[in-house]
Amino acid sequence: MSPTPSNSLLQGASSSTVVETVEPVVLEKGYIGRSVPRKEDRRLVQGLGTFFDDVRRHGMGYVHFVRSPYAHARILSIDVSKALELEGVYGTITGDEVAIHTDPFFEMSVEPGGNIKDYALAVGRVRHMGEPVAAVCASTRELARDAADLIEVEYDALPVLVDAEESLKDEVVLHDDAGSNVVWSGVFDWGDVDQALAEADHVVKIDRLHFHRFSSTPLECAGALVEYDKGTGEWTLTCNHQMPGVGAIWMAPALRTGIDKLRFVTHDIGGGFGNKICLHPQYVVLCLMARKLGRPVQWTEWRTDQHTANAHGNERTFLDVEVAVKADGTMTGFKVKALDDCGAFPRYEPLGCIIWAQVTPGLYSWRNIRVDFTQVCTNKSPVSPNRGYSRMQHLWLTERIVDIVATELGLDPVEVRKRNYVKAEQMPYETPNGCVYDSGDYAAALDIALDLIDYGSIEERRVEAASRGRLLGFGIGSTLDSGTNNFGQSTLLNPDLQFSGNNEAASVKLDIFGEVVVTIGTVPQGQGHETTAAQVVADILGCSPEQVNVRRGHDTWFNSHAGFSGTYASQFAFTGLGAVKGAAELVREDMVQLAAAVLQAPVDAIELADGFARIKDGPEEAALPFMALGAIVNANNAFLPPDFNPTLNHRFVCRPYFGMVDTEKKTGQLTLTYATQIHAAVVEIDPETGEVEIVDYAAVDDCGVRINPQIVEGQVHGATAHAIGAALSEEFVYDEDGTLLTANFYDYHVPHAMDMPPLKTGAMESPSPVAPLGAKGMGEGGGGGIHCIGAAIQDALRAAGGAIVYTSCNPAHRVWSMLQDPEATRANVKVVSR
Amino acid sequence: MEAPARSRAISLEVNGEQIEMEVPARRLLVHFIRDDLGLTGTHVGCDTGNCGACTIDLDGQPVKSCMALAVQADGAKIRTVEGLAAESELTALQQAFNKHHALQCGYCTPGMLMSATALLERNPHPTEDEVRYALQGNICRCTGYVNIVEAVVAVGEEHA
Repeated sequence: MSPTPSNSLLQGASSSTVVETVEPVVLEKGYIGRSVPRKEDRRLVQGLGTFFDDVRRHGMGYVHFVRSPYAHARILSIDVSKALELEGVYGTITGDEVAIHTDPFFEMSVEPGGNIKDYALAVGRVRHMGEPVAAVCASTRELARDAADLIEVEYDALPVLVDAEESLKDEVVLHDDAGSNVVWSGVFDWGDVDQALAEADHVVKIDRLHFHRFSSTPLECAGALVEYDKGTGEWTLTCNHQMPGVGAIWMAPALRTGIDKLRFVTHDIGGGFGNKICLHPQYVVLCLMARKLGRPVQWTEWRTDQHTANAHGNERTFLDVEVAVKADGTMTGFKVKALDDCGAFPRYEPLGCIIWAQVTPGLYSWRNIRVDFTQVCTNKSPVSPNRGYSRMQHLWLTERIVDIVATELGLDPVEVRKRNYVKAEQMPYETPNGCVYDSGDYAAALDIALDLIDYGSIEERRVEAASRGRLLGFGIGSTLDSGTNNFGQSTLLNPDLQFSGNNEAASVKLDIFGEVVVTIGTVPQGQGHETTAAQVVADILGCSPEQVNVRRGHDTWFNSHAGFSGTYASQFAFTGLGAVKGAAELVREDMVQLAAAVLQAPVDAIELADGFARIKDGPEEAALPFMALGAIVNANNAFLPPDFNPTLNHRFVCRPYFGMVDTEKKTGQLTLTYATQIHAAVVEIDPETGEVEIVDYAAVDDCGVRINPQIVEGQVHGATAHAIGAALSEEFVYDEDGTLLTANFYDYHVPHAMDMPPLKTGAMESPSPVAPLGAKGMGEGGGGGIHCIGAAIQDALRAAGGAIVYTSCNPAHRVWSMLQDPEATRANVKVVSR
Repeated sequence: MEAPARSRAISLEVNGEQIEMEVPARRLLVHFIRDDLGLTGTHVGCDTGNCGACTIDLDGQPVKSCMALAVQADGAKIRTVEGLAAESELTALQQAFNKHHALQCGYCTPGMLMSATALLERNPHPTEDEVRYALQGNICRCTGYVNIVEAVVAVGEEHA
């Protein structure tokens, strides 16, 4: 079967341009494509940003949560009386009150997961360590903590599940309402994998691979200041939720109110990475507390609480992998059982059971793929989308497959990739499940990465390292950062769900004194939206980015948001800037018509440039400054004829076209843009200790048109740092009792300045033929680092017993074990050849 | 035995201003700075002293203000991130952070600036390794440190 594009918009994709340097590209005209310094920085470098915890209200109380020390237990009793006796304590809320005043959160799964009852506080039972069982509000942070210590909770411990495969047995069931630990299961079967395996020259079998639990742990913890207006029944949440549109969909029905009663306000946010999407349980408690006490209440999560009970990334075990390989190294398909562990409650899940399918074949052209996917609950922290959400786990699988196949069959990891990558001339490429890879040249990006790390000298360096008693290895990580997702993919999990498509809103206006003001529904957490939006508007209106005031953050009351508003899933470059562009173009049209009317010139004679609307090549005085235009329409408009109504104030909703998904075949356009990342690492291992040192590293990113290359490169750096942390140290480790052993930055080691190797970066630009500005969403592609470091470790270990890397996290002790007993991991892999 | 004091009057200088205030004996210095003085540029990113977002200059030394009590700062001279730019004129380091894109979310930035300022004051021309060593007590989750290190080194080179 030959891949054909399903979307006529994709015909005639633009060719790739190699940009060898990351130096700012200075264009003769225009701000798009320039590394304009960020507008956000001036306040932030002076400590003058406003984060939610900086906001104060008169008489506000501080909330502290009482949390379960048990991973699984029945709650026998909760006694708040001693806490309430303490002077300065305003009040408490327990699970019993939550059960009376709210409904369980909406669940997205079909049965059995769909029957789970998830309340804002534990009701009758706790299911993970750190689960909130009660909340107390007091006049100071310290007092709230004291009061929490006085709340007496009696528990009756229950058996604990910390292993997904144990959960599957249903010997202990976490949620009685569901009757099973399975949240969701289903088989995805595209092409004919049985035939591919039957016709293969080699079948490579891998018993088990494990993608570990970690999270990007933003430096600012979660929280909110919540005010309740008794007169209107409205709550205002000054907060750091990164997906308020969907947060409100969870919260409003639980609070038995309308979405119009919830006002989300964000200012500066100290990082998100997906970890601030599932804050609705805590926020609902705050809403109840503010209403009950009739005062503003504030909650700032503690670091240890964030690690213990907020948002981990999805943990996934891959079982019984079989890969079909031809004699020449062409891979034609694979099958796998994927077992995903979502922790105690599904929250955003089971969306992770389908999001991976945006990148079903990874970067490769195999057409026969079967994934038997099951998600279960365990007595661990709930998960939440985490940078690279669900695609990273699946891409790690495809990259592990490629490197294990290469190792077992003696193939070159570069050659096997180039042979199997989707080719540039196949773009746009339709995957076996109907997604369309919009543009890219994976082999060319790989070549740039290889050049950056001087691939030609690897064998020489290997010998040199060996002379120092060290094991040197080289590895590649290829990933796709799929952006602008189609919420219709949720119907592949549950056909009754009424979600599809995507949207984002923005408004642009020209104010009285000529100020250009932009509001966006997005909720940036460091991505520089104020700057890139200003660049786009400046180019459309003919002014400089300094003249464009992009309002900070999100405010539901601005009407600048849409149903899916937020900052997630690599989509700002498409939907966010698409909305900004649309609104700016409408304002531009008004400005041109107004100038034409005032200057008595034809519309096509008017140009907007240098902050003026003027007659092209006209006399100097035939020019109106923005201030004149703004003043006429906003404050001096009596002379405008009734049939001429320029408003200079427009809202635009960017709604990408996806078409419908096919719930029978499980196919469809699940997302729109695919940025490419090729990472390459060279590592050295100390065989005495298993310590891994990254000695050379390159990251190549192709996200189409780069609106601001410096910001793009910053995202590449940050995503790579997350990957390096995940690959070598960051892991949420539980003991058999379900106690988290890495509950804060003492035990959960994130990279520090000394841990980061020098990073070399490269860029390509393969413009997206479908995105409004040719720019693809990016920033989540750091998974390449996890893949290439694992591959490099496996390569280095070839000279010391040939262990197979089977997990995504390889700190020194694990590498040491692989050095001691390579056969234990080799037993995981078999090759059956004809 | 006399009951222990639950609060104490302290006197200190913060960003050039003399402060006299009664504080609870157990109040952390960082919460005193943020909640009592309203200087919210100093941030809290952890509860174990690892992240450095709360770094301030206390009597000429970079100090993590979550690791000290407010009463311990009695008589001290403190400078916070708000005290770096005189009359809104950004320091060379603050300008370099902007130019080199050394910040994304900006949450770690005040602590980074305080640690790096302390470094540049005792070693005006640090090498990359010296910068990394000086900043190892400050966690950044956005930048991978690449541009932060570049910005600090650049300031040293520009003023060589």
